[in-house]
Amino acid sequence: MRPAFFLKESLRSMRRNVVPSFAALASVLVTTLVLGVFIPVVQATNGAADDVRKRVLVDVDLLSGASAATVARVRAELQGAPHVKSVQFVSKQSGYERQRKLNPQAFALIGYNPLPDIFRVTPDRPENSGALRAELDQSSPLGVRLVSDPAIAAVQNRQAQTDRIVSATRVIKITMALLAALLVIASVLLVSNTIRLSLFSRRREVEVMKLVGATDWFIRWPFVLEGLFLGALGGAGAVALLAVAKVTLVDPLANSVRLISRPDMIGFPLLIAILMACAVGVSAAGSGISLRRFLRI
Amino acid sequence: MGTRRERYPPGPMAATDATSLEAAQPALSGSTHPPAASEPSAIFTGPRRGSHPRAQASARPARVVEFRGASKLYGAGDVGLERATFVIRRQEMVFLVGPTGSGKSTIMRLLIKEIEPSEGRVRVAGRDLCEIPRQKIPFYRRNLGVVFQDFKLLPTRTVYDNIAYALQVTGASRKQIRATLPEILRLTGLSTKLHSYPHQLSGGEQQRVAIARAFASHPPLLLADEPTGNLDPETSIGIMQLLYRINRAGTTVIIASHDSGMVDRMRRRVIELRRGRIVRDEASGSYGGREESTDELGERLRREVA
Repeated sequence: MRPAFFLKESLRSMRRNVVPSFAALASVLVTTLVLGVFIPVVQATNGAADDVRKRVLVDVDLLSGASAATVARVRAELQGAPHVKSVQFVSKQSGYERQRKLNPQAFALIGYNPLPDIFRVTPDRPENSGALRAELDQSSPLGVRLVSDPAIAAVQNRQAQTDRIVSATRVIKITMALLAALLVIASVLLVSNTIRLSLFSRRREVEVMKLVGATDWFIRWPFVLEGLFLGALGGAGAVALLAVAKVTLVDPLANSVRLISRPDMIGFPLLIAILMACAVGVSAAGSGISLRRFLRI
Repeated sequence: MGTRRERYPPGPMAATDATSLEAAQPALSGSTHPPAASEPSAIFTGPRRGSHPRAQASARPARVVEFRGASKLYGAGDVGLERATFVIRRQEMVFLVGPTGSGKSTIMRLLIKEIEPSEGRVRVAGRDLCEIPRQKIPFYRRNLGVVFQDFKLLPTRTVYDNIAYALQVTGASRKQIRATLPEILRLTGLSTKLHSYPHQLSGGEQQRVAIARAFASHPPLLLADEPTGNLDPETSIGIMQLLYRINRAGTTVIIASHDSGMVDRMRRRVIELRRGRIVRDEASGSYGGREESTDELGERLRREVA
């Protein structure tokens, strides 16, 4: 009896308050839609920034003609050094192969392999590349280079490039985080304000219910159910629009644009689940909580 | 006069050995008393008293409402009610009169526990209202019928649903509501307006709906705050008759009114207030005399208004 009664009550009040209900539904739909677009965009941007940052490397050039034993020794030393995440050995030959593929004419002109054996060292964090370089290639106050291993000819970390990457990606990440926070605040305010308005128009009704002896939850349940319905409808509408956009716009581009098809980007089903949960949760909780001040009679 | 068209004569009720206000109710609605409404009303169950207040005047019927030095201050020095002390007994019909701001509404609001007294005690059916915790207030209010000057109906519901809502909040089933409502609709003369919305009704009809809703769960105490304030004299008489009928069926009725002419003609107990103080509390000669029927009351009121 009770659940059926509350269900009937909430359907009745939606039918009776079409305009406020529609406003609430529309605001839920719009904010969900914006959120649904924004989540993948933030992820893609962050992912791209991370990608760029992964390219911060420290190259350790070995003296030419290093033996296999020397290579193994230097590798062990590098792996033991602080701030090192991974070490990749690029032999003279494989480096030559790759470079020649990139620029065959130049290498055809050179005619021989000028490249040294290289260790590509990835620092644990991009910001630490300078420290890592200093660790491996120390200069004494007298200008005499003190390389940590005699087999190492030079240590390079492409200073200028690294600095630019680190600072640019940091700005992007902070901006995105700020935008995301603002958007979440704005959507919560928008939805709660709409709910408040539609409840305010019914505060007299709530007052009468209280006077007749209705308990708080007896009054609240239909409102919460109504919020639930409107949230679900708005969320479903937003998801439908997103699905249409995905099928018509994003999917055809996915193969050509690298940002869209990132493997670690959020999956569409998960995105839908999050959006629906947010839409339903915020509007149901919003109507239940906003009612509080009208219940104090 | 000999023909009794009175729907609810006091006869059968006097015969019931009423143990409380609550027990007196079935006489009114026959045997279809909603069980849901009777449970919260247990608060009103007082000690065993005489069967009829007038038959055994010495037995002193139960005190339904008791104010003991109750004061209410609004803000800084704004007096709503000042040390009010009075007792209203079961089945009394009492008028609170006085100009605007004299404290009538403060008494009403204290009784529905919308506000708390700043000082003193307010007891209903022997229970101190201050002791009722917030979450129990709805259950307390189910024992009261409340009628307002502005009707306070739910605008989006039909007459039937408005009245039914008072029973739905108590958890009554649809079947119980269907069994109870026709009786109340007949009593209030609304049987033909079942499916109308409040805005389709006249003021008098709306007030009848409000009274029907207030009386739907057969509360032992009915409060009416300016019930005829918005109505013309002829309609007011009809409303007064209805309240009188409810009172004669065993419900204690308290009416706030500034229509002193109407109040005097009713010849019931009058408590007059002025600036928060009780300045008059008299029985207006209603006791000891022969009881009128509702129709006789209406006739007399019409005669005196004319």
